[in-house]
Amino acid sequence: MTPTYYLLLSALLFSIGAVGVLVRRNAIVVFMCIELMLNAVNLSLVTFARINGALDGQVMAFFVMVVAAAEVVVGLAIIMSIFRTRRTASIDDANLLKY
Amino acid sequence: MNAVLAAELPQVAAATGTASLAWLLFALPAAGSLVLFVLGRRADAWGHWLGVLTIAGSFVIGLLIFLETAGLAPEQRTRELPLFEWIAVGGLSIDFGLRLDPLSLVFVLLITGVGGLIHLYAVGYMAPHGGEGDPDGATARRRFFAQFNLFVTAMLLLVLGNNFVMLYLGWEGVGLASYLLIGFYQDRPSAATAAKKAFLMNRVGDVGLAIAIFLLWTNLGTLQYTDVFERIGELSGGTILAITVLLLLGACGKSGQFPLQAWLPDAMEGPTPVSALIHAATMVTAGVYLIARTNPIYNLTETGRLVVALVGVITLLIGAIIGCAYDDIKKVLAYSTVSQIGYMILAVGLGPAGYALGIFHLLTHGFFKAGLFLGAGSVMHAMHDEVNMRRFGGLARYMPITFVTFGLGYLALIGFPFFAGYYSKDEIIGAAFGQPGWQGWVFGGVATFAAGLTAFYMTRLMLMTFFGEKRWERLKTSDGHDYHPHESPAVMTVPMIVIAVGSVFSGIVLASNHLLVDWLVPSLGELEEPHGGAIAHEYVPFLVVGFSALGVLIAWLTVGRRPTPVERPERVSFPVRAARKDLYANAINEALVARPGTWLARALVYLDNRGVDGLVNGTAALLGGSSGRLRRLQTGFVRSYALSMLGGGVLVVAALLAVRFA
Repeated sequence: MTPTYYLLLSALLFSIGAVGVLVRRNAIVVFMCIELMLNAVNLSLVTFARINGALDGQVMAFFVMVVAAAEVVVGLAIIMSIFRTRRTASIDDANLLKY
Repeated sequence: MNAVLAAELPQVAAATGTASLAWLLFALPAAGSLVLFVLGRRADAWGHWLGVLTIAGSFVIGLLIFLETAGLAPEQRTRELPLFEWIAVGGLSIDFGLRLDPLSLVFVLLITGVGGLIHLYAVGYMAPHGGEGDPDGATARRRFFAQFNLFVTAMLLLVLGNNFVMLYLGWEGVGLASYLLIGFYQDRPSAATAAKKAFLMNRVGDVGLAIAIFLLWTNLGTLQYTDVFERIGELSGGTILAITVLLLLGACGKSGQFPLQAWLPDAMEGPTPVSALIHAATMVTAGVYLIARTNPIYNLTETGRLVVALVGVITLLIGAIIGCAYDDIKKVLAYSTVSQIGYMILAVGLGPAGYALGIFHLLTHGFFKAGLFLGAGSVMHAMHDEVNMRRFGGLARYMPITFVTFGLGYLALIGFPFFAGYYSKDEIIGAAFGQPGWQGWVFGGVATFAAGLTAFYMTRLMLMTFFGEKRWERLKTSDGHDYHPHESPAVMTVPMIVIAVGSVFSGIVLASNHLLVDWLVPSLGELEEPHGGAIAHEYVPFLVVGFSALGVLIAWLTVGRRPTPVERPERVSFPVRAARKDLYANAINEALVARPGTWLARALVYLDNRGVDGLVNGTAALLGGSSGRLRRLQTGFVRSYALSMLGGGVLVVAALLAVRFA
């Protein structure tokens, strides 16, 4: 079992997440894609920790998880309040902040 | 030679006794001016008397100091009264100190004496007549006296200062006061223009004076008269020549000398007492004072003196020629002043042979020209402010006092034997003839010829104003009334009488036993008697009187025997046309200075608008336009921001990889 597969999987997951963020319009889906990217990064961090035989990467992964949890709280709240005012969860409808 | 001259400089003593009160000389009028300005309308009722009193007080103090000085031995008469340290910056240290010597005391007496009489006259002349169009008469008179006092203050500072910076302070103060007074009738555009013209042309001269002072400072490191005159011999000939020419430029501006003479006649826009003050006692004499005061500098450069004398000769001729052509009584007198100041400048340009004579003529001229202007003001007062002599005529019977005092001033000006001008002007012409070589012939000849012209235009003025047909009987004033000529009130005639006495006797008194010349020796050095030269000294008075008589005769033949047309004849010979246009002085100024200046200004405006502004505005427009386009990137779609973040991230990674593996 080589770590390369883990890294490839991580890269694949990250790319799926990135593409999802760019192409999907539903805020919930975009949000899930962001989580996907975060977790892809977590996977690679853990993999590198394994490769190097050190715990730094795993510690970092915990931090990322904490940040992700906090982000979910804030992000979902924002999405909820947008949905309440606009009756939609499409991120393209929330485009007032522009030129 | 320099060593000899340096040894002749007087020893300077500290001023004690009455002289320690000398600061009151200028402090009194300054206080008067301040009170009148600050109190405003509250001083309307009595302000003019305060103005007269302060000048009278200065005169009394001046007289006391003069008498005290006269009691001293000649070598002790140069005294200084340091008041306080005025400017102390680095190596520059300038005292606020007074120099009380024969020269400055003579000026103090002239300024406060004649100036005081003019103040008294102005009380009557500026009196509110309460008619229509004069609602603020009392306020105007109060303002007038505030400015009048300021004028005298500045002039006294000018002559009393013991260094060049105080001279400059007074110089600029006189310029400011003359600006205010020439433009006194603020509602007349012509007065405002004349005031501006006077101020601007004075600036040209002031620049010369300022640069001369800078040159003295950089070369000598001091501006006190005593130190400068002691060490002036250290400078090279070229520097001294430059300083003298620049000082002359200053004198030309202030004294209305060629080529800066054009402002003086326009200065007639002010009230007549202003003309009298500017032309007789103050302001225009400043240039003569400047050159006489700096005589130790001029003594070192013959070329510098020659330039001065040439300027004087040109001016005296210009003034006399133009004076013959004007019909405006005040303008004739104004050009007469230009001409007479030309005589003084010529005199001081003759160097040791003429300094004292220039001051002599300045004093006698101070009397008779003040008298003439006051007389002209009295005539205007009687004739509803009319100045055109063609509308006068036969006024002698209606205003006898004005006629007699004016007539005495007239005789003094044309140099009628034993009147004031006879002594001073003939002495100058004699000294001019006494110059060696061509200078004697040119200077003396032109001065004699101009004396004849002086007699002509003054006789013409007398004949047109006081004699002949009463042309005003047929005419109406500008607002449709008849003329009612009448004698002026006593407050105006008394000063005229006093000044007329001065015009008669000042010459003979000051000339007897060389009174004035000897008095001025401590300041100006011994007067060199002319020897040799073009024409021997004894014959000059006959020559001058002969020319003057010729001028009177021609005036009698051309003006006195023929009726004077009320309308000015327009079909006249070329010289008259040229003289009526001030010998094209204004046209020349316009063509040589004003128009190139305008073009330069226009070119600069164009460059500024299109060049500088274009650059600045162009940069701003470029930035604005491009950011307007860049702004479109902010679509408000989160996805596009995410894409640019991703793109940025990819770029960073690519750059890192490129650096790593390249």
